[in-house]
Amino acid sequence: MGVTLDKEARQGLTLLSPAALYALLMLAAPLAMVVTFSFWTQNYLDIDTTPTLDNYREAWSKPIYQVLMFRSLRISLTVTVVTVLLAFPIAYYISFHVKQRKALWLFLITVPFWTSYLLRVFLWKVILGFNGVLNTALMQVGLIDEPLTFILYNANAVVLTLAHAWAPFAILPIFVALEKIDRSLLEAAEDLGDGPVRQFFRVTLPLAMPGVIAATLIVLIPTVGDFITPRLVGGTDGLMIANMIQIQFGKANNAPLGAALAISSMVIVASISLLIYFAGKKFGGKVE
Amino acid sequence: MSRSRKAFSARALTVYALLYMLFLYAPVILLPLFAFNDATIVSFPLKGFTTKWFDVLWTTEALHGAVRNSMIVAVSTALLSTVLGACAARASSRYRFPGKRPVMGFIMLPLVLPEIIVAVALLVLLMQLGMSLSLWTVILGHVLICTPFSIAILSSAFQGLDTSLEEASFDLGETRWGTFYRVILPLVMPGVISSLLICFTISLDEFIIAFFLTGTDVTLPVYIWSQLRFPTKLPSVMALGTILLALSVVLLILAEWFRRRSARKQGLEASAAGGFM
Amino acid sequence: MAAIETNDIIVLSDVTKAFGTFQALKGINATIQEGEFFSLLGPSGCGKTTLLRMIAGFDEPTTGSISIDDKPMAGISANKRPTNMVFQSYAIFPHLTVAENVGYGLKTRKLPKKEIAAEVGKALDMVDLHGLGHRGAHELSGGQRQRVALARALVMKPKVILLDEPLSALDKKLRDQMQVELRSLQQSLGITFILVTHDQEEALIMSDRIAVMFEGEIAQLDTPEGLYRRPRTKRVASFIGVMNFLSAKLTGEKDDALTLTIDALGDVTVPRSIAPIGLDPAGIDAVGIRPEMLTVLMDETDTAERSVKGTITATSYYGDMTYYDVQLPGDGAPVTISMRNTAGRSVLPQGSEVSVGWGADSIVLFE
Repeated sequence: MGVTLDKEARQGLTLLSPAALYALLMLAAPLAMVVTFSFWTQNYLDIDTTPTLDNYREAWSKPIYQVLMFRSLRISLTVTVVTVLLAFPIAYYISFHVKQRKALWLFLITVPFWTSYLLRVFLWKVILGFNGVLNTALMQVGLIDEPLTFILYNANAVVLTLAHAWAPFAILPIFVALEKIDRSLLEAAEDLGDGPVRQFFRVTLPLAMPGVIAATLIVLIPTVGDFITPRLVGGTDGLMIANMIQIQFGKANNAPLGAALAISSMVIVASISLLIYFAGKKFGGKVE
Repeated sequence: MSRSRKAFSARALTVYALLYMLFLYAPVILLPLFAFNDATIVSFPLKGFTTKWFDVLWTTEALHGAVRNSMIVAVSTALLSTVLGACAARASSRYRFPGKRPVMGFIMLPLVLPEIIVAVALLVLLMQLGMSLSLWTVILGHVLICTPFSIAILSSAFQGLDTSLEEASFDLGETRWGTFYRVILPLVMPGVISSLLICFTISLDEFIIAFFLTGTDVTLPVYIWSQLRFPTKLPSVMALGTILLALSVVLLILAEWFRRRSARKQGLEASAAGGFM
Repeated sequence: MAAIETNDIIVLSDVTKAFGTFQALKGINATIQEGEFFSLLGPSGCGKTTLLRMIAGFDEPTTGSISIDDKPMAGISANKRPTNMVFQSYAIFPHLTVAENVGYGLKTRKLPKKEIAAEVGKALDMVDLHGLGHRGAHELSGGQRQRVALARALVMKPKVILLDEPLSALDKKLRDQMQVELRSLQQSLGITFILVTHDQEEALIMSDRIAVMFEGEIAQLDTPEGLYRRPRTKRVASFIGVMNFLSAKLTGEKDDALTLTIDALGDVTVPRSIAPIGLDPAGIDAVGIRPEMLTVLMDETDTAERSVKGTITATSYYGDMTYYDVQLPGDGAPVTISMRNTAGRSVLPQGSEVSVGWGADSIVLFE
């Protein structure tokens, strides 16, 4: 580039280089590899390296992949909306109503999250099952006569389980955004004649928007890639695209198709994320 | 009227918060309940108290192997990620240089990348390179996802470090190494320990990457996954989960305690939110 | 290199510093004498801190040279220079006790523990922190932190102590007290102090000499009295204290005297010697006069060398002093006059017609 770097810049770059190199080798190179792979073909045990778009054609046109992709997006978006909507009041409560023990509340919120992820998902299966905790309890109280069946082995169960799994990731960014709001702004709004509801929609929510957007993206992106939850509680109706990717790399032994599916879903999720980001930017004024 | 409405909404929020906490803790509460339940079937009603599921753990050879593997992976991951993270955090908080933001953004990318993508990408690369899967390949993947966490924790430690402290040390005749040893290291040490603990905990619990990249030596979560298929093994898995939960909570409290001590040493108020973000 | 014995401790020659395209220092020339209390005074961004950091060794000049104690400093890093710094933030090591902070530098010299303890004790006594050595850094008040930072520098017995706005974080009362203490400590130790400050009052009180800096250049280097009484430019004059500017022009010139016509005050003849060196008398367009050099004449018994009629446009009462804004003849801005509120002197209301007394020896010439 012809730019001479001063001493400070050189020291900084030297210090950053191990982590940067690592990310380059272990992330950029593999991702590039996946992209390349997606243009190749699997012939039983060999890989045909003639570039082709067949994998993408298959990934985008076969009904099974379309169905899985749409379902993944629908479930992920539902999970995201549910998670963020459930999380906002909690973040608001801790930020505005808890006076002294904020750190303790935040700690308590993160504790369940550090239980083995597999076991958490599995325990939801125990809670929601035919003879599960919920059904047993409801029948004993007499609210229902027969066990509810619509709560396990379908998309609802996946939404509920994921909303639970990602709760802290939604609460913390919103909480941080709410904490940053200068409380005198609310007093100013009140002084200028806004009631509590208008204060919330005209001051609190727009200022908390960066946190809400961050929460949305943090929940949305990884949930698309989850395959444990659909496998354990989703039944056949709850399977998502990640399960298919996993199958292609595993049992089906068609890594190139799996790569094409992975790349396709990443591109779609990235586009949706950008859309949300810019929509949020427009609504909230500024998103960091 | 406005006041009573405010009080009502505050009460409604409190009720909501308690219900939400119940939702968050529902599965966690069940874990120890079934771990000590004297029945082979994991369901209500509870049958009675027993510790036999914990005893089973002592005699399961495969489990011991998995624990050993997980320890190797988690300790190596914690050390490597923290070294990489410390260098990067120091670089980003202390130095200005061109391209810092994009490079940092790239290093932090695994935080928002679905784990399956990271796992699949690494798998493809390793397959192409003809490397066989082993604990080392799991470590490679775990370091990748733990380094961003380490950077996040250590950045706040390094940012709290006033540059004039280093200059003062230098001004008083100390060398660069001496300054590092006598000023920087003691001040960021709590952050380093907290980073080690967090990375250890993440690695210990990580399943997806381990599932894809593990060879014949399985880690603990992969072992648990294999056990979930056998109903008779479930109670002892619950016992194992209970131990893991207790261990994680202890490690987290330790990590948070060190982080706060670090902040206090530097005369900063420990912020409520800084801990796990 | 000529081996001339001087007591110049620091020589700055043609020192410049550029940050990218920004010229922070544009050729600084100055010598600082041994045992002197020297101040770099100027508004923020004038380059004074940059200059101090270059003397300390945290930055290298882009061009020019700095020598300390007759040794050129180029390539010598901060830890090898005979200077020690008191930082603006004090930079007290938060993980160490007071004694460990003060002894920090001595430890790098590998002195025996006993000796370090003795030196630290002496330094703490010097700054009135006797017996506080075991305190943690976070248990200290602002003033105590400042003293620890000073003791930490003093204990190194440097040739020069550099102080970067050391009092700016303290409240007014403490600051006033520390100014006096710092000055007397410096005088009793005889160490050269270089102080960076934006507070003109602080510089006047403490310094032997002051370099006033604007935009990377030294505008005037003088004693406090010299700066106050004979400021060389309008900018220096208005930066140090308050100065009334009255437009004036040269109307007569003799070998040893200049005759000026001042719009508001009339004609006056002054000795040529009061003109600053380098001033072209033909270029004179204004004279300056300090508020305390003007007097509001209360009655016939009050007399002055010269007087002129005026109207009070504003009165500000400060307790010990009263400040009047007085409109003098002509269309210039009102002048400010400060009057000490001595016994029997009343405060005049706005609108009063008054006589303003002044003396020819109190005016300063500007071009």
